[in-house]
Amino acid sequence: MTETIKIESTTADNSADVTAGSKSWFYTDVVKDHFFNPRNLFKTNEEAEGYQYDGMGMVGSPACGDMMKIWIKVGDGRIKDCKWQTFGCASAIASTSMMSVMISENEGMKVEDAMKLKPMDIVKRLGDLPTRKFHCSVLGDKALRAAINDHYEKSGQNDKVEKEKVRVVDHIAKVTDHDIEEAVLEGAVTLEAVQRKTKVGIGNKSCLPEVEQLIRFYKEKYYGAD
Amino acid sequence: MKEIYLDHAATTYVREEVRQAMSKYYSEEFGNPGSFHTIGLRAKEALAEAREKVRKLINAGREHEIIFTGSGTESINMAIKGVAAANKDKGKHIVTSKIEHEAVLETCYYLEKREGFEVTYLDVDRYGQVNPEDLKKAIRDDTILISIMYANNEIGTIQKIKELAEIAKEHKIYFHTDACQAGGTLDIDTQNLGVDLMTINGSKIYGPKGVGLLYKKMSVKMHPLIHGGGQENGMRSGTENTASIIGFAKALELAQSEREEENKRLLHLREKLVDGIKEKVPKVMLNGHPTERLPNNANITILDVEGEAMMLYLNEYGICTSSGSACTSLSLDPSHVILAMGLPYEVAHGTLRFTLGKRTTEEEIDKVLEVLPGIVQSLRRISPVNLTLEEVQK
Repeated sequence: MTETIKIESTTADNSADVTAGSKSWFYTDVVKDHFFNPRNLFKTNEEAEGYQYDGMGMVGSPACGDMMKIWIKVGDGRIKDCKWQTFGCASAIASTSMMSVMISENEGMKVEDAMKLKPMDIVKRLGDLPTRKFHCSVLGDKALRAAINDHYEKSGQNDKVEKEKVRVVDHIAKVTDHDIEEAVLEGAVTLEAVQRKTKVGIGNKSCLPEVEQLIRFYKEKYYGAD
Repeated sequence: MKEIYLDHAATTYVREEVRQAMSKYYSEEFGNPGSFHTIGLRAKEALAEAREKVRKLINAGREHEIIFTGSGTESINMAIKGVAAANKDKGKHIVTSKIEHEAVLETCYYLEKREGFEVTYLDVDRYGQVNPEDLKKAIRDDTILISIMYANNEIGTIQKIKELAEIAKEHKIYFHTDACQAGGTLDIDTQNLGVDLMTINGSKIYGPKGVGLLYKKMSVKMHPLIHGGGQENGMRSGTENTASIIGFAKALELAQSEREEENKRLLHLREKLVDGIKEKVPKVMLNGHPTERLPNNANITILDVEGEAMMLYLNEYGICTSSGSACTSLSLDPSHVILAMGLPYEVAHGTLRFTLGKRTTEEEIDKVLEVLPGIVQSLRRISPVNLTLEEVQK
């Protein structure tokens, strides 16, 4: 199932093994592998154009630094195939690639389970990401949920559509994404200010990268980019 | 695999001549220049010689105008905070630009936040230059300092320092320039430039790290940041880093004597790189000024792909570059320099900076041109983005 990215070279002798280069790397070997050899890509433009999908989801923009597009095929309530495209850094590319593997491996993930996939599940499979790179992995699952919703709508299962509903970001402080949205709307546009309002991430730092991403997202949404 | 280092704006290696000039001052001539015995006096003489060399190179009036520090960042901090502290009775307003190095920006933020100063951050044009008219408009009765960088570290754009310094002089305001990127390639004659304060550091001119220079005209009122034994004419206490200072002086001497010749060589290689990329990769733009830029700097944006991803691919081929994308910075925001030029976030996220140096060869540039198009093609194939140059440049 693995498709290896081949660096198209302008000269014949340039068939460099892209994993042979640096010894010390910023990311884990798994991240590196998925970055240089991303899985589940369209092989050709023709394949992309003719791909018969059941759902498509897109999230982000080139302006915010990450953009993901995901296509899924569904059968027997499971995800049978998945293709994707990502604009973003190594973490973003590796996260989407890993997610595509997770939802389509074996007999395929149950659609309702895929709906519940969290960024941390992907990060764990990647063998961790540097903390300040967590935010690069939080868009993939959103794109996936959008693709699943699209599938539900297309197949007349509108009752199953889950609009991005309130999601608990900090399980200890029980802070939801909606709470953060409210805080930003009230003028708190820095992490410090949001923390003062919501206590999010105090004593539970693992959620902070996601919180920062949310603050930025809502800040841009309501106040525009700087 | 042979590594191809194209990140000389980050730091340079130490030249052999410099290393040799320094080597004696670690275990043989280790003396404290402040001591009265022979060993100390020999160190003092060596230090005085280095200072005189630097004085001549930057055409300063007196030896006391040369202050050696621990880094470019320290020199900048001293210039800004030191002038602010000594002149706050006259006013608490500073003018700088939006594209300065963090050493300047963060110091200014500090003065705003903690010391009640007001700072005006001048805009730059599409090519990264400050408009002298904007400076004139920003000057107030309580302006005490203007700090504008000589050449930008990201995009290589060179400012009209003479013109800007002249405006400062007319208004009797001190003018500081951060010349860290210019020390090896541009004219650093302080009288010719008309600056009152100037920062240069060792690690960008094939000298040692951990040494900086602050030129301060005698007439400039400035407080020291570091108090103690009164070294550097009371402006920077702490036993002098003799070896590094000697290395710095040697590096500056070599760089300045070779710069005309070397600049031509760098310019040729840079043009070859930029032209080659434009020819082989569609949808590429050069950021910064087309002509008023450092000869070794090529900052480009490649649309539809993200900078860090390109950088890491190049790294796998042993090619060392840097990027202004958010993912290579500590914040979530991409380069403040690219954004200050009025370019959109999409452009900032896709930047790649190549900074050439003394060891850069034609073959190395050829290698980049051979590898880069394939990397871009691969990353574009997995990218859902398809921008046009027209839409990002409008």
